[in-house]
Amino acid sequence: MQDNKIKHHLFVRENKSVAFSGKTLEKVNSLISRYPEGRQKSALLPVLHIAQEELGGYLSVDVMDYVALLLNLNPMEVYEVATFYSMFYLEQVGKYVLEVCHTGPCAICGGEEVLQHIKDYLHIDTGETTPDGMFTLKEVECLGACGSGPSMQVNTEFYEHMTAKQVEKVIEDLRQKTEEEGSSKGWAEQFS
Amino acid sequence: MLKVTIDNIEIRVEEGTTILQAARMIGGKVVPPAMCYYSKLKGSGGKCRSCLVKVVKGSAKDTRPMPKLVASCSTPVQDGMVVENTISEEVQEARKGVVEFLLINHPLDCPVCDQAGECDLQDLSFGFGMEETSTVEPRREYPVVDIGKLIKLHMNRCIHCYRCVLAAEQLTKKRAHGMLYRGDTMEISTFIQTAIDSDFSGNMIDVCPVGALTDRTFRFKSRVWFLNPMNAHRECSKCGGRVTAWMFGNEIYRITGRKDQFGEVEEFICNECRFEKKDINDWVIEGERKIKRQSVISGNHYEHLKKGSIIHPIEGTTEPQE
Amino acid sequence: MGRAILLDKANIPGIRAFGVYRAHGGYNAAGKGLLEMTPAQVQQEVIKSGLRGRGGAGFPTGLKWSFLDRKSTRPRYLVCNADESEPGTFKDRYLMEKLPHLLIEGLILSSYALGVRTCYIYIRGEFKYLVGILETAIREAKKNNYLGEKILGTDFSLEIYVHPGAGAYICGEETALLESLEGKRGNPRIKPPFPAYKGLYDCPTVVNNVETLAAVAPVIGMGGETYSKLGFGKSTGTKLMSACGNINKPGVYEIEMGLPVEDFIYSDEYCGGIKNGKMLKAVIPGGSSVPILPADLILNTSRGEARLLTYESLAEGGFESGSMLGSGGFIVYDEDACIVRNTWNLTRFYRHESCGQCSPCREGTGWMERILYRIEHGKGRMSDIDLLVRVAKNIEGNTICPLGDAAAWPVASAIRHFRGEFEAHIK
Ligand SMILES: Cc1cc2nc3c(=O)[nH]c(=O)nc-3n(C[C@H](O)[C@H](O)[C@H](O)COP(=O)(O)O)c2cc1C
Ligand code: SF4
Ligand code: SF4
Ligand code: SF4
Ligand code: FES
Ligand code: FES
Repeated sequence: MQDNKIKHHLFVRENKSVAFSGKTLEKVNSLISRYPEGRQKSALLPVLHIAQEELGGYLSVDVMDYVALLLNLNPMEVYEVATFYSMFYLEQVGKYVLEVCHTGPCAICGGEEVLQHIKDYLHIDTGETTPDGMFTLKEVECLGACGSGPSMQVNTEFYEHMTAKQVEKVIEDLRQKTEEEGSSKGWAEQFS
Repeated sequence: MLKVTIDNIEIRVEEGTTILQAARMIGGKVVPPAMCYYSKLKGSGGKCRSCLVKVVKGSAKDTRPMPKLVASCSTPVQDGMVVENTISEEVQEARKGVVEFLLINHPLDCPVCDQAGECDLQDLSFGFGMEETSTVEPRREYPVVDIGKLIKLHMNRCIHCYRCVLAAEQLTKKRAHGMLYRGDTMEISTFIQTAIDSDFSGNMIDVCPVGALTDRTFRFKSRVWFLNPMNAHRECSKCGGRVTAWMFGNEIYRITGRKDQFGEVEEFICNECRFEKKDINDWVIEGERKIKRQSVISGNHYEHLKKGSIIHPIEGTTEPQE
Repeated sequence: MGRAILLDKANIPGIRAFGVYRAHGGYNAAGKGLLEMTPAQVQQEVIKSGLRGRGGAGFPTGLKWSFLDRKSTRPRYLVCNADESEPGTFKDRYLMEKLPHLLIEGLILSSYALGVRTCYIYIRGEFKYLVGILETAIREAKKNNYLGEKILGTDFSLEIYVHPGAGAYICGEETALLESLEGKRGNPRIKPPFPAYKGLYDCPTVVNNVETLAAVAPVIGMGGETYSKLGFGKSTGTKLMSACGNINKPGVYEIEMGLPVEDFIYSDEYCGGIKNGKMLKAVIPGGSSVPILPADLILNTSRGEARLLTYESLAEGGFESGSMLGSGGFIVYDEDACIVRNTWNLTRFYRHESCGQCSPCREGTGWMERILYRIEHGKGRMSDIDLLVRVAKNIEGNTICPLGDAAAWPVASAIRHFRGEFEAHIK
């Protein structure tokens, strides 16, 4: 990143009502009970993951305020945390988020070419979303899959050994994918 | 009591005292500069690294030196500890490095900055600034924003000391601003459109070591060094009502807390005293307040500060307070 | 081939299931520890084994455990560091994916030794699928009375919970990890106090790496003494190496410590040599934070001895001509690799991952990255090279946590060994 101008942005609280389903709420409460009494803030990261996944694909102010309410926190604490971690999105993203690793080990194995190819193929730059709202492209740091690089994740699912050809196929397969086929287990289902 | 030696001066202090506190008890030039530590804010310190010192002897029991320089503000004294600050070349070099880091993205627009004359960074860069700017890199730029009706934020000048966050957390009911994002894009912000309207939010201005948070009701009417700081007090239901009134003739230009020689306020004051009581009849004026701090301004070296350049050290100005 | 004691069962079909793991001798060590040994004896075996931390620093595990404040009346915690975000490192992921029960067995024994009743596995959020795998394994272990109340009929009870991070390398640093586990920003804490006294929720806490804790199972299984005979000198036992870059066979390998680096790179059992028959140019042997070494210095020390995969041998020569074993993330560069571009790339990583708390790291990583970007993009000045060295030096040792050092070393070492290449970029 060579832009020295930092975008200052104030987000808007829309006061839309958001809420987890009863089933998810149960899961959230069981997550909270994993931490000692009075330490419910510990559940913040897992609950934000679930919230992002189930309440609109990104963390709007309303969603974060709702999480703050659930965990009895000052909303500011949630904003501070949400802006620290790179897996949380603060703005609407596409249906599929392509997170391509651009760190050293992947880069020397063809990662830079794969990234460029995605840009050319989808006609978007890093940080942008295709006009149809299907794909958002992000560059991320090492995903812990360096031995099978170039690697990327699509909605937190791993895709490894990427090549220009492969990545085209991944994109086309995603386009064809119907809701029923769905994706792998969501955050809430990961926890017992 | 624990015995500690700082720059060859011995002092006995209570258990739990930090090296910085011990140095402040000695006073004078052995006191390391502190840009983030604030004795009245719990959890402050450790971040800016301007207070680094060398521990050449860990304690009477364990006489080994500490392997790295340590932050004096967050390192407790051990009995028999020997510390070097100004007499250590290594410390002086490291501090120069820290100042350089603090300035690399700093606008140094002192001539138009409200803080000039009472700025810890200005003082520090005066003492430890590099001979020349070694960077051609453009500085980080944020827009200037208002946080509420009363406070202005120049994020470009922020040194990320966290003091204002701690002050808001510890003095107000519901903190409405915080440190957002991470790394060198961190930002002090309210995140959403909101007004900071707590009774004690104004103290953020006083604890800010630089000109990042400034008083919007102090309408850039005057440079601080033209004003006379006067001790003043009033009956106040919210705070102690003991303040410094910055005056020109009979007019009050600004109200702040009363700052001690280390730049810390003696007491926090409420927003009513700070922002609303600007009439001389609101206050009982006690008399002139002696500003003990050695600032660039009181040293009359202001003309050496030019926008965009880092200040040349001038002999005799590193002598701190008193 | 060196003896595999961690991954020996990795390729058994279905080994992820409790039943299969158990049928192949899994949980025997847990049974032995809990039923035949006292907690102090378990710890004693770990001390005897010479096991050292596999997360990067190589600190003796038994010694670390002995620092735990046992006088405190507060609960104690064991936290398993599964944040694995150091570029070039992917061994913990492999271990957890293949052998979740091995990790759980190690956690049971370690918790028993430390008197811990609640253990958290802090895993990086990108490993979401592993959260499910681990939680399933925990559920199975609980069903079989290896976790939960009164394990195997003893008085020892233990709960293990998996806690995901959300994208922040710094949360691998143990105090940042604890902050993150408490639901905060991942800002490393200022030490002292150390986690052994004031860790999670201000309670006495031990933080260890996945591989370290998993290794406790074989240590107890075979006995500390036997384990200590594996390996070489003070580098006892086996180590998981994750090899990547321009080699024929990237992957995770368990090696007995003491294996010559040359064998590791060229043997068909391991990396299988440089890809496409190219020449070896350089290696970062222990994850992106450790110094890079040119081919001659990675194969042999400056004294001409063969370099071995041990903590000591890789460090031989200090910063002048040595490096570190670190996390075992072994990144290999061939003759075509551009060291300048790579150094810029890694510095961008540290800039992005700096928590931003302390000035030297927040400002220094950004400064170095901007300089390196300029050099890589043809706008460098000769004076930039010494400037980089100076900036790196001013960061090193002056920060709150070791991320500052981790950012400084790659830059300093790349310039030390490949100065000519930087100059050529600028000319
Ligand atoms: C910036 C930074 C990142 C780290 N990342 C990890 C990590 O991902 N995994 C890990 O086990 N240790 C990591 N460590 C080391 C931990 O702080 C800690 O030393 C380790 O978990 C201790 O476990 P061990 O003694 O078993 O190695 C990191 C350290 C630093 C400074
Ligand atoms: S904050 Fe201090 S150093 Fe910065 S411009 Fe203002 S007076 Fe100058
Ligand atoms: S605004 Fe001022 S007080 Fe707040 S973090 Fe920045 S420099 Fe510190
Ligand atoms: S060294 Fe870097 S990562 Fe560590 S505390 Fe300082 S700013 Fe944060
Ligand atoms: S560098 Fe791409 S996954 Fe590690
Ligand atoms: S005052 Fe000690 S680190 Fe800032």
